[in-house]
Amino acid sequence: MSISPISLAFKNCKKEKRPALVTFTVAGDNTKKNSLKILNSIAKYADILELSFLHNCPIADGGQIQNSTYRSLKNGTTLKDTFQIAKKFKNKNPNKPLILMGYYNLIYQNGENNFIKNCKLSKVDGLIVVDLPWPENKKFAKKCKKKSINFVQLLSPTTSKKRMKKIIKDSHDMIYYISMLSTTGGKLKVPPKKILENYIKIKKINKNKNCVIGFGITNKSIKSFTNSDGVVIGSEICKEITRSLNNRQNPVTNVSKVVKRLKNKIL
Amino acid sequence: MKIKKNIPLIDQHDKFGFWGGKFGGNFIPETLKKPVEDLEILFGKLRKNKNFIKERDYYFKNWVGSPTSFIKLNNLTKHLRGAQIWTKVVSEANGGAHKIYNATVHCLIAKRAGKKYIVGDTGAGYAGKMLSMAAKKFGLKCKIFMGAKDIKRQKPNCDAMKKNGAEIVPVYTGSQTLVDAVSECMRYWVSNCDTTHMCVGSTVGPNIFVKICGWSTSQISRELFIQIKKEFGRIPKKVKLLNCVGGGSSSFGFWNEFMHYNKKQVEFIGIEAGGPKKSKRHAAPLTYGSKIGILHGASQYVNQDFEGQIEETESISAGLDYPGVSPIHCFLKDTKRARYTAATDEEALHAYKLVTKYENLNPSLEPSHAFAEAIKLAPKLSKDTVIIVNSCGDAHKDRDILRQRLGKF
Repeated sequence: MSISPISLAFKNCKKEKRPALVTFTVAGDNTKKNSLKILNSIAKYADILELSFLHNCPIADGGQIQNSTYRSLKNGTTLKDTFQIAKKFKNKNPNKPLILMGYYNLIYQNGENNFIKNCKLSKVDGLIVVDLPWPENKKFAKKCKKKSINFVQLLSPTTSKKRMKKIIKDSHDMIYYISMLSTTGGKLKVPPKKILENYIKIKKINKNKNCVIGFGITNKSIKSFTNSDGVVIGSEICKEITRSLNNRQNPVTNVSKVVKRLKNKIL
Repeated sequence: MKIKKNIPLIDQHDKFGFWGGKFGGNFIPETLKKPVEDLEILFGKLRKNKNFIKERDYYFKNWVGSPTSFIKLNNLTKHLRGAQIWTKVVSEANGGAHKIYNATVHCLIAKRAGKKYIVGDTGAGYAGKMLSMAAKKFGLKCKIFMGAKDIKRQKPNCDAMKKNGAEIVPVYTGSQTLVDAVSECMRYWVSNCDTTHMCVGSTVGPNIFVKICGWSTSQISRELFIQIKKEFGRIPKKVKLLNCVGGGSSSFGFWNEFMHYNKKQVEFIGIEAGGPKKSKRHAAPLTYGSKIGILHGASQYVNQDFEGQIEETESISAGLDYPGVSPIHCFLKDTKRARYTAATDEEALHAYKLVTKYENLNPSLEPSHAFAEAIKLAPKLSKDTVIIVNSCGDAHKDRDILRQRLGKF
């Protein structure tokens, strides 16, 4: 079987002895055009890109990402638009892994099979579904795998070791470790050392699984995680878009600068 | 899809938490899996624990004020010239509404779980008011999440919360009503689940919260069952239990003890909020055939667009102003055990006027929706039919709206 673009991305990073830089942006933020432009421009620095499809009742998103989501919804971004943005991005960057992230109701309304089909048509490489935990996600994750779409399992500080083992066993090429008890973009309220301890626990269960760390990672803290498989940056980017708009600056160039700066910190 | 006999309805879900194979469940972030499981285990133990039941009953009796009275509305019955209209005055409960049962039980659970903080959501402000009361009573620190729009329209309850020492966290996202308050409360719990207990204010949310709330409010029908038998010597041949439905906590509690009666003998009628007469918006997903979707951790009939975005609701009654509805009510609808209809804002206001004109009763806008249906039904029914309306809230909190809409309070 051929290696997935996600696995390949991690492999390349390991060769360079650095973590993968995973970015998160909200589809259609601040406009559909800019959203694509941002993806295209940060692809130079990011190893894997997450793009969220919108839901107006997000139960796990922090303030920054909510702002981005509501801004985009207000502009009328739909799920169809999200797939369009994904498709255009992948056409231009066929080897850059793109992961869609969102809440299950949109998949449910679209129909699981139909949603996967849309992912295939847009050449999406993976999926993160925030409110479809294991074992509820087993069936859907299998369906995704069958179509070579990575279903990214999430682990958190509240996940017991026994549960971790089972989830990791069912995971695909990438696992996402939620660094702390928080919504996205909260202040890092636990020391990086503690986060890394948990991270090592996960790696000990299966060292071959690529595990990224996300939630609360900023310009300041990113350096602490240089020995991990990957770090996710989301709220910092959403915040930068908000800041740029408030200052009437171009969010595309500003976000690109932020991501470049973050990348330099882990090189 | 069928209701099983001899098993409490709250327990008739599968291993994934779905009633009827499709309503409910646990659509929650990974971080909440463990706290939800811990709560499931704890509640499973506590409901079998005699001391815990004793404690619950003690506080229900001596603090909540159980039983609330069951009375005939003679004047209204005479005026409508049809079925007898009775009411259970649940608003007599400490604090003025049924929300006290759920709040009390959640605080008792939080104490047993060793949690020092409790958070909750509120729409009409009753769930928040009661939680703040119970938290004060049981020595827990309390935070209440409430939509900014609701804070404005339910001021009396906000004042009460503050007086009880609770912090009200205004929610400015989305429609700034209950739906956003619940989301924000869940987000808070995600971040603080190690120290904090969450009380979901109705029979909504992840499976365990539906169960705890339903288990708590069932006190209403336990009392009613005894009261009916005492009044009539038996359960009469034609009984109709009318209750407003927002999230569905009071109606479930009002019906539970009668679940296994034939619906020809004891009919359940749920009345949702139809919204303003001239508006397309409503808060009646069961009545108007909304699609199944996922909201706040559970699958249910919910107002949403084709894509799955939750739609804004509109109702004069903050307590019913919710786009979804309890999974347990979805189950009751699909098994046809209960039927659901809606009353408009105008109908509820008219009912309020009529009830307060004829009776010494002051139902809030929520039960006024149920009275609206009673007023519609009664003249068409025979005198041996017994309509019972759950007057589950007191109109004190609605005084500003009533003054504005009816010119008096």
